[in-house]
Amino acid sequence: MIRVVLPPHLKVLARIDDEVQLEVAEPVCVSTVLDALEARYPMLKGTIRDHVSRKRRAMVRFFACGEDLSHDPTDTPLPAAIAAGKEPLIIVAAIAGG
Amino acid sequence: MSGVRVLVGTRKGAFILTSDERRQDWKVEGPLFEGWEIFHLKGSPADPDRIYASQSSGWFGQIMQRSDDGGKTWTTPGGGPEKSPQGWPAGESNKFVYDDSAETGKPMTTHQWYDGTQHPWEFKRVWHVEPSLHDPNTVYAGVEDAALFRSTDGGTTWQELAGLRGHGTGASWQPGAGGMCLHTIVQDPSNSKRIFVAISAAGCFRTDDGGETWTPINRGLRSPFMPDAEAEAGHCVHHVAMNPARPERLYMQNHFGVLRSDNAGDQWQDIRDNLPSEFGFPIDVHAHDAETVYVIPMDGNVRVPPEGKLRVFRSKTGGNDWEPLTNGLPQGNCFVNVLRDAMAVDTLDSCGIYFGTTGGQVYCSPDGGDNWAPIVRDLPSVFSVEVQTLR
Repeated sequence: MIRVVLPPHLKVLARIDDEVQLEVAEPVCVSTVLDALEARYPMLKGTIRDHVSRKRRAMVRFFACGEDLSHDPTDTPLPAAIAAGKEPLIIVAAIAGG
Repeated sequence: MSGVRVLVGTRKGAFILTSDERRQDWKVEGPLFEGWEIFHLKGSPADPDRIYASQSSGWFGQIMQRSDDGGKTWTTPGGGPEKSPQGWPAGESNKFVYDDSAETGKPMTTHQWYDGTQHPWEFKRVWHVEPSLHDPNTVYAGVEDAALFRSTDGGTTWQELAGLRGHGTGASWQPGAGGMCLHTIVQDPSNSKRIFVAISAAGCFRTDDGGETWTPINRGLRSPFMPDAEAEAGHCVHHVAMNPARPERLYMQNHFGVLRSDNAGDQWQDIRDNLPSEFGFPIDVHAHDAETVYVIPMDGNVRVPPEGKLRVFRSKTGGNDWEPLTNGLPQGNCFVNVLRDAMAVDTLDSCGIYFGTTGGQVYCSPDGGDNWAPIVRDLPSVFSVEVQTLR
């Protein structure tokens, strides 16, 4: 199972309290994890990546295993610890605003 | 027993304020959608339990919310309890995609940018939701960058009425300080095919065929920020209001003045007269008297009440001859703003007037503006106020 941590605002929107666990078919990469996440929680469509272009929203970032993966191609395989469910993919809202 | 439900959109969530017809004792519920910007929420005239809300965030974009029980519970249409045949929640209630298909004709892909160059249309958020007068499942959305969308399935899916953006003047539209937004949608209760919209900064437009084709209706407006101050389009209209009993008469708060049209927008005339400022955002009409109109003038440069006095101005003569209404409103050291969608009227026998401020106060006058009192004082900055009269 792939583990995903959402920012607080998206937890409220999806009505979940904890991290999400998803079945994701190989290859496990950001795009396939987001496909599975949006299939489980359609209300999250458009909030992390654009509906049409599929590009990451500007103020959303992807962290995993202590690394910032936001600017990697979204079909890049995620680290083995993510694929094995030992570490979560963390979706982060940029620190900005008030 | 009759009463009112006041729907308040703020920078950090929505609030619902309820009272009986005396409008003296209030119940305050909220925040709903805590931490999200709620630009606007409005109830369906055809079913008061049906309420639509525009929820947005600079981080996560646009969300649409719908309540079917008067605001007690909410769902993202299509993303909540409604199931697809496969069993998963289905739908994309926040998917607003501009229609640039050749089939709809005249696709318009750029508008004027602040520096006068052309700039592509980019969806940002829904400023205004306007439920149909007749069908709870039909609702219009005015969006930034300016366009009009319609849903006929309760907000689950949205389609652009592309004839507005594509009718020919789109390249001259430009953003105002708040962005290029379609902020006003007014339906004609006597003609279901006629709709008025207003855009900052493009002007006012009318359809007489249910949204297929659109006509600019800006004759009489004068905007010195344009090379041609009386151009067909490009004007910074702030808000437009109508009394349903007299739908051919429209009132407009413009960036440069207050105006009235008596022929459904074909021609506008200046009615600012003795107002302390030509600038302001909201305008509304008394529920039972199409001659009585309300504005809240602001200093046009700094957008705060002139002299630090928060005054609603009322004309009982269809504009001109304005009187300040001050009883219960701060008359010194007040520097809040009142945004364009933040004033509303109820339809009780003694018409109530409501407005919310960027300082978080929501005021009510239960007697047509003669006396005011705050319902709440310390909400987040208020974006919008709507009222449902419950009988």
